This record gives sequence, C-alpha cells and structure tokens, in this order.
Amino acid sequence: MTVFVAPSLSYSLLAPILIVLGGAVITVVFEAFLSKAIRPVAQLSVTLGTLVLALVQVWRIRHESSLTAAMGSVAIDGPAILLQATVLILAVLGVFLIADNEHFTVVAATLPGSEEERASIQSGEKLTEVYPLTLFAVAGMMLFPIATDLITLFVALEVLSLPLYLMAGLSRRRRLMSQEAALKYFLLGAFSSAFFLFGAAFLYGYSGSVSLAGIYDAISGGTGNNVFLMIGIVFLSVGLLFKVGAVPFHAWTPDVYQGAPTPITAFMAAATKVAAFGAILRIFYTSFSNAYWDWRPILTVIAIITMVFGSVVAISQRDIKRMLAYSSIAHAGFLLAGVIALNKAGLDASIFYLFAYGVATLGAFAVVTLVRDSAGEVTDLNRWAGLGKRSPFVATIFATLLLAFAGIPLTSGFIGKFSIFSAAYESGNKLIVVVGVLSSAIAAYFYVRVIVLMFFTDPADDGTSVIIPSILTRATIISTFAITIFLGVFPAPFLNFISSTATFIR
Amino acid sequence: MKWLTSLMLLPLLGAVLVATLPKAKELLAKQLAFGTTLVVAVAGIAMATQFQRDNVDLQFAESHSWIPTFGINYAVGIDGIALVLILLSVLLAPIVVLAGWNEAVGGRWSVKGFYVLILILETMMIGVFAASDVFLFYVFFEAMLIPVYFLIGGYGTGARAAAAVKFLLYSLFGGLLMLASIIAIYVISGEQGGHTFDINALSQLRLSSTTENLLFLGFFIAFAIKAPLWPFHTWLPDAADSATPGTSVLLLGVLDKVGTFGMIRYCLTLFPHASKTFTPVIIVLAVISIIYGAFLAIGQKDFKRLIAFTSISHFGFITLGIFAMTSQGHSGATLYMFNHGFSTAALFLVAGWMASRRGSSKIADFGGLQRITPIMAWAFFFAGMSSLALPGLSSFVSEFLVLVGTYTRYPVAAVISAFGIVLAALYILLPIQRALHGPTTDGNESLTDLNLREKIAIAPVLAVILVLGFYPAPLLNVINPAAAHSIAKAGFSDPLSAIDSKGATK
Repeated sequence: MTVFVAPSLSYSLLAPILIVLGGAVITVVFEAFLSKAIRPVAQLSVTLGTLVLALVQVWRIRHESSLTAAMGSVAIDGPAILLQATVLILAVLGVFLIADNEHFTVVAATLPGSEEERASIQSGEKLTEVYPLTLFAVAGMMLFPIATDLITLFVALEVLSLPLYLMAGLSRRRRLMSQEAALKYFLLGAFSSAFFLFGAAFLYGYSGSVSLAGIYDAISGGTGNNVFLMIGIVFLSVGLLFKVGAVPFHAWTPDVYQGAPTPITAFMAAATKVAAFGAILRIFYTSFSNAYWDWRPILTVIAIITMVFGSVVAISQRDIKRMLAYSSIAHAGFLLAGVIALNKAGLDASIFYLFAYGVATLGAFAVVTLVRDSAGEVTDLNRWAGLGKRSPFVATIFATLLLAFAGIPLTSGFIGKFSIFSAAYESGNKLIVVVGVLSSAIAAYFYVRVIVLMFFTDPADDGTSVIIPSILTRATIISTFAITIFLGVFPAPFLNFISSTATFIR
Repeated sequence: MKWLTSLMLLPLLGAVLVATLPKAKELLAKQLAFGTTLVVAVAGIAMATQFQRDNVDLQFAESHSWIPTFGINYAVGIDGIALVLILLSVLLAPIVVLAGWNEAVGGRWSVKGFYVLILILETMMIGVFAASDVFLFYVFFEAMLIPVYFLIGGYGTGARAAAAVKFLLYSLFGGLLMLASIIAIYVISGEQGGHTFDINALSQLRLSSTTENLLFLGFFIAFAIKAPLWPFHTWLPDAADSATPGTSVLLLGVLDKVGTFGMIRYCLTLFPHASKTFTPVIIVLAVISIIYGAFLAIGQKDFKRLIAFTSISHFGFITLGIFAMTSQGHSGATLYMFNHGFSTAALFLVAGWMASRRGSSKIADFGGLQRITPIMAWAFFFAGMSSLALPGLSSFVSEFLVLVGTYTRYPVAAVISAFGIVLAALYILLPIQRALHGPTTDGNESLTDLNLREKIAIAPVLAVILVLGFYPAPLLNVINPAAAHSIAKAGFSDPLSAIDSKGATK
C-alpha cells in the first residue's frame, strides 16, 4: 500500500502570491455582490491593501531561500524576492493610475458608437472589473519569475497574459483602436504561447524533465539530442521574447501601447517587462547556462537588432505613446545585454535596470494621462508643444524621466545603463557595448526632441491642457520622479542590497 | 578644510536660494546670484593661496565612498592645471553675471531661472575640473550639458532651440563614446586587481596596444567635440550665435576647456602610449583647426560667429601645445586656456553690448563706433588685440610658449601654425576697421557708451589680460611643475634644443 505523503508547500514562502490571489477572489466577490455605488472605493481599497500586504510578506521572507516550496515548482531566492517586490511596487503605483475611472469604458461589452454605450456612459457608473483583472495579472507576474518548471512557467504566463489582453480593450475613448489592440495582443500572444509550449515539449524530449534543474542536468550531462535542445531553446525564447517586445517579436508593442488605456499601458509596460525578464534571467542563468555557446550568439544578434531598431524607429514617431513603445523596445535590447552577460554583475544590473526603468516608465505614462483636451488624452506629439510654458512642473518631471531613459548622469537610467553595459563588457561582449552606446546616442535624439517641443516651442491654442492630477496620480508622478533622481544620486544602498541578495539557487 | 567641496556647494546653495525667491523679485535674484558668484570667486582665490605650487600631487584631496558596488568614490583633488582652470571658472562667473545684468529678460522663462541655471553650472564646472575619480568626472561632464542646453534654448536668440539641440546631441554622442571607454577601463581594472575609478590607480593599468588605442579614441573624440577641434567643431558657431553673450563666455571660456583639460588629465595620463601613437594625426588636426578657424573667421559677417571661429583657431593652438609633449607646450597650453577664457570673455561681452544696443550683431551694421562710444570701442579694440596675441598682452605669452614648445619637436607644425598669427591679425583688424573706425554709419548715431556697471564688469577682465601679459609668473609658477609632471608621467622628456645638444657633445 502506498503511503500518502503530504506535499510540502511552505505556505509562508508562497504567501505573497496567495495573498494577491486571495485579494483577487475577494474583488471578484465584491464585483458580484456589492452595490455599484460603493464598489469603486471598496475595490480600490482591497486592491491596494492586498498589494501592500503582499509586499510586507515579501519583506518578511527576504532572507529565506528554498527550492522545495510548492513541491519544488517554484524557487524562493534573492532574485525571486527582488523581482516580486519590484512587481508589487510597480503594481501599487500602477493601481494609483488605474483608480482614475475616466480612462475606462463603463461596459466593455457594448458596441462602440451604439445606443447602449451612450446609455452606459450617461449612467455615470464606473468600471471596476479592472481591479480583479489587475490582481490576477500581478499574481501571474509574481509567479512567472520564480517558477522552476516549464508547466508552472506556462501557467504563470497565461495567468499574467489573459487579464492583460482584456485590460487592453477597456479604453473609454477611441474604443475601436483599443479593441483592435486587445485583439492583436491576444492573437499574437496566443501564437507566442504556442511557441512556448512547443519549445517546452522539445526540452522535455531532450531532457526527459520539465524542471529547470532537470534540463540543466541534462545539458551538463551532454547525452541528449542537441537538435532537440536547440529547437527547444529557440521556441521557448520566442515565447519569452514576445512578452518583452524584442525585435522581431515586437510588432504588437506600438499598437497595444497606443490603443490600451494609458494607465494599463503604464502598468503593463513596467510590470510585464519585470516579470518576463525575471523569467528569462532565471531560465537562462540557471537552466541553459551551460549551453550558452548555443544561445548566446542568437540572443546577441536579437539584442543588437532590438536596440538599433527601437531607437531608429522611435525617431519617426508622432505619437507620444508609440514613441514610448519603441523606446521600450530599445530598452528591451539593453536589458538583453544583461541576460547575455551571464554573470553575477549582469544579474544585479538587470534587476536594478528593471526597477529603475519600470518606475520611470510608470511616471512617464502617468504624465501622459494628464495631457488632455475635451476629447480625452492628447498623444499627438505636436500638440505637446509649449507644455513647459503651460505647466512647467509637469513638463520638468517628464523631461527628467526622458533624460533618465536617455541615460543622463544623476538619473537612475545612467546607473542602470552603466551597470548593464559594464556587465556585458565583463563577459567579453564588446560589440554589444559599442552598439549599445551608439543606439543610446540615437535614442537621445528623440527624447531630446520631446524636451524641445515642450520647452522651446510656443504653445498652439488648440485646447490641449494639463489637467490637475488626482491625489493618487500625483503620488505616482512624484514618487517615480523622486525614485528616479534618488537612484541616480545615491544608488549605493540599493545596489548593495541587490548584489548581496541576488543569487539564483538551482 | 574641505576647499573643493565647499567651493562646489556654495553656488549650489545660491541656486537653491535664488530658486526659492518669488518670480517678481528679479533684482533680488540678480543680486543674490552676483553675491554668490563673488563669494565663490573670493573663496577660490583664498584656496589658491593655500596651494603648494611645487607639490605635484593632487592637493585639497578628499575621497568619500559613493557607490562602493562599482568602486566609485566622490574623490576630488587638483594639480596646478586644474587650479588654474577652477580659478578661471570662478573669476569669470561674477563677471558674466554682472555684465549680462539684463540678459535673461528676453528669455522664455523667468529671470531667476537663468541665474539658477548659471549657478548650477558653476558647481558643475568646478566639479568637472576637481574630480579625481573618472566616474565622477564623467557625471559632471555629461550633467553640465543640461543647464547649458536650457541656457541656450531658453534664453538665447535666433534659432536657439536648434542650436541647443545640436550642441546637446554632439556632446552626448561624444560623451557616450567616452562612456564605452570608461566601462572598458572599469572592467579591465577589475581584472587587474579590483574595480576602481581612481585616476592614479587607472594610470597603472596594463593595456594591450589595440585596446589602449581604442579606449584613447573614445576619450579623445569626446574631448575633441567639446574643445572643439576640426572636424568636430560645427556645433560651436551655431551655439555661440544663439546663446546670450554671458552663456557664450561660459561655453567657450570655460566649458570647452574641459575638452583640452581632459586631453591632459585623462588622455595623456591613462593612455600614454596611445597618445604617442596618435600624436601625428592630432597635430595635423590641430594645425588644420588653427588655419581653418582663422580663415573662416576672416569670412564671417557676424561678430558672434567670428569670435566662435577665432576660438576654433585658438583651441587648435591649445591642442597643439598639449600634443607637442614638451613642458613648454603644456605650460603654454594651460596658460592659453586661462588667457583665452579672459580674452574671449572680453570679446563676447563687448560684442554682446554692441549687439544689444544696435539690435544686430552683423559687422556691416556698425561703423565709426569710436566716435560715438569711445569706451566701448576701445574695450573691443583691447580685447581684439589680446585675441591676436599682441606682445604685452597675456595671450602673447601663451601663444609664444606653445609655438616654442612645439618647435622643439615638430618644427613644421610650428611654422605652419605661426601663419595663424598672421591670419589672426586679419580677422581681428578687419572688423575693427569696419565697425569701429571710419565714418559713423546710419543707425549708429544714437548708441550709448558703456554704463558704470558694464565698465566695472569689463575692467577686471582687461586688467587681467594686461597684467598677465607683463607678469605671467604667478600663474606659470603654479602651472610649470604640474605641466612638467604630466609630461613625465606620460613618459616624455623635453627634446634638447640644437644648441643644448651641441653643448652636450662637447
């Protein structure tokens, strides 16, 4: 008779994710049973409370490290803690923006331009489904970088993606564009998930295991069929690179960034990148590390194309959200340089960069939500002319965030860029450093162009104005600004914390 | 006492104070800014009196850990060369503020904004010369672009936005190349005993000659853009044309010196062999700059552009003196940097006053100023004589030293460059003849002469030019040991002159 062995779960280590999932379930229940009047406030409080509670729990387990939680399908180690905390912090800042209901349609299922749509908007109700969706996405994002087997990875990937597909289609204005974005994101995302599964199947065929450790052992043993390994790595990478928007898997990025409601874009651009790069780092650093000879050249080429393509194409953009989308593509290329480095410095640098970039991105999109005319947000760059004159404060913050993207010293972006390129150089990859600094020079052009528009061009009288931000939006903007400067001037404590904490366990 | 840090904090403190003033208190902002720069100047002179001129080590050294993860320190310390340049910065700052009392009025933003930027810039100018940590130097080198960018774009005239962008992009491009080199030496220092950015430790690195040459180029191109050397000079005339006279003085008088200072402090110290390898090329570029700048200056129809091109010629002399690799050449080059700062200041300030009175800076619009505004005309004449290096004025000493220093090693280059002096006479005397002498042309009859404030501003500049022309010893005593030391550290020794070598064979 087989004895039943209780699975070892280590609830305390899983608690951050469980808290978020629990919060998500509560918000679903609220959605069903609470009256419409108190729902927005209740949902917002539960969501924020959940995220903060999860953050506290992450802090409490920060010195833990375990490979046995959830029957060994997740790893709790330094990078896991750091990445989860990053996702949660970005989520809190993102929810501050999402709390502004002005951005969302009331009943997403109504036909754009229809009578029902008009009636639903006139009813003055507020959309609150976005809160449970956000929490589910956050739970997926927290699971993605800590998963240690391909099945858990896939589950996490879907848990984080599905809510995002929906959220991209919730925009109140330009709903057709928003729905198109959602559909595109969903279709391409489904393709990439298929690629991911396909790759996972080949890796299983190669190693006879779906766990990252098993694949690592098989690679170290060197007895498997290398063709299977190559196919597996390539297809798995396609699925992952799609999520971070690396060229040539970037096609969805500009459309989705532009079409999605801006708070969603902000949250997605910042947090998805953290989750996806977290998973990429874990997979490539722990599982594929001994096969680096096989994947490094491919990733190097992709990183170089991504940096150059993102920077060059961003120059010709006329829409601020599309420009930021291409800029995020370029930054994905810089981050890939940290993956390719495959050393401790690369890991530390990537984690720092993800945090710094995520924060700055949220801040930048938060500013985008403020620039409006009577028909909603104004994203046409030409209409941003003279913003520095109308609202010097907001324009200064936006300029600072752009300078951080450009990697100017005394901003977090510079420290990030320096650390990631020095890690890449240390690994012997000089080419990527040279291409990286050159594409930074190209990228500087379009960031500076926006600054010129805001400060050195006279405002046209076309009704564009900067609205007074809500307290929560203001909190996001000011804290992202403060973090960006602080990390640029006094990065030492943060860098120390990362470098003493971040070590993958295998 | 922590001289250098105090010197850097003072203007920053002033900037904070000015920033907190209400917008309407323009006069108070000006007075506060002037007071601050005056205090800094006095403090700078006080520091200079404490300087031990025969001590070739970095003096007033301070070092505090800044980002220990990367071995970055806040480390400052100066030798004679840096001291002279810091003196130049702190002496020119109050003059610029006083001379351009009403400069900020036509700007896009408030008057106090102008002075906040100037004061922040002063902090960074001191910092960039004082830094003895390469990373800290880079931070100042890049960060100071931002205030200049806003000074040109916000308070300049004409196509100011375009000029500001051109300036910023050129400088950023050079800066990013330098960043690649800095990353490389950082990584190499890590391989050879521990990550550091300390300039002395880095000068001990063992580099292969290919690496050294490439890294040298990264630094040199950044400095050549800054200096600016032909063919990297095209941003300068536009920037000088659009900036206010005061900004131009700081830009050409001080900021561009960072380029030539960097060549001595960083190129020669860190990469002595590569400096030797590239010397012939750089000498050729310097000679081209001298002649080309002079020829283009002759052809200019506008005072501001004329002065910009004369500066390109003068920077050619400075670069020539540096790469002649003789102690006279280095002393001459350093003295030249100081003198050029003052003679350019005089030229730009007087030209600025002429332009603001006449409403145009075209040479052809002036005529017979000597009769209408004798003091202004004589001040310009005096500044012009200094620019063409008339014996008895300070520039003569430095130009002579550079040519003597060059002749002992590169006689051909010295002979060709000497023609630059002849051309200088042309490019100075022609506009003087057209604008100051001859009959008074239409539109100039009602120009007013310099007022008391302007006289007070220009008098010390002219006095310095005159005194140093007859008695350069106070500066040379400080410069000479440092110059000899920098030559020796780069592995050069002064060639024996023909007479010396004959004497030696006897």
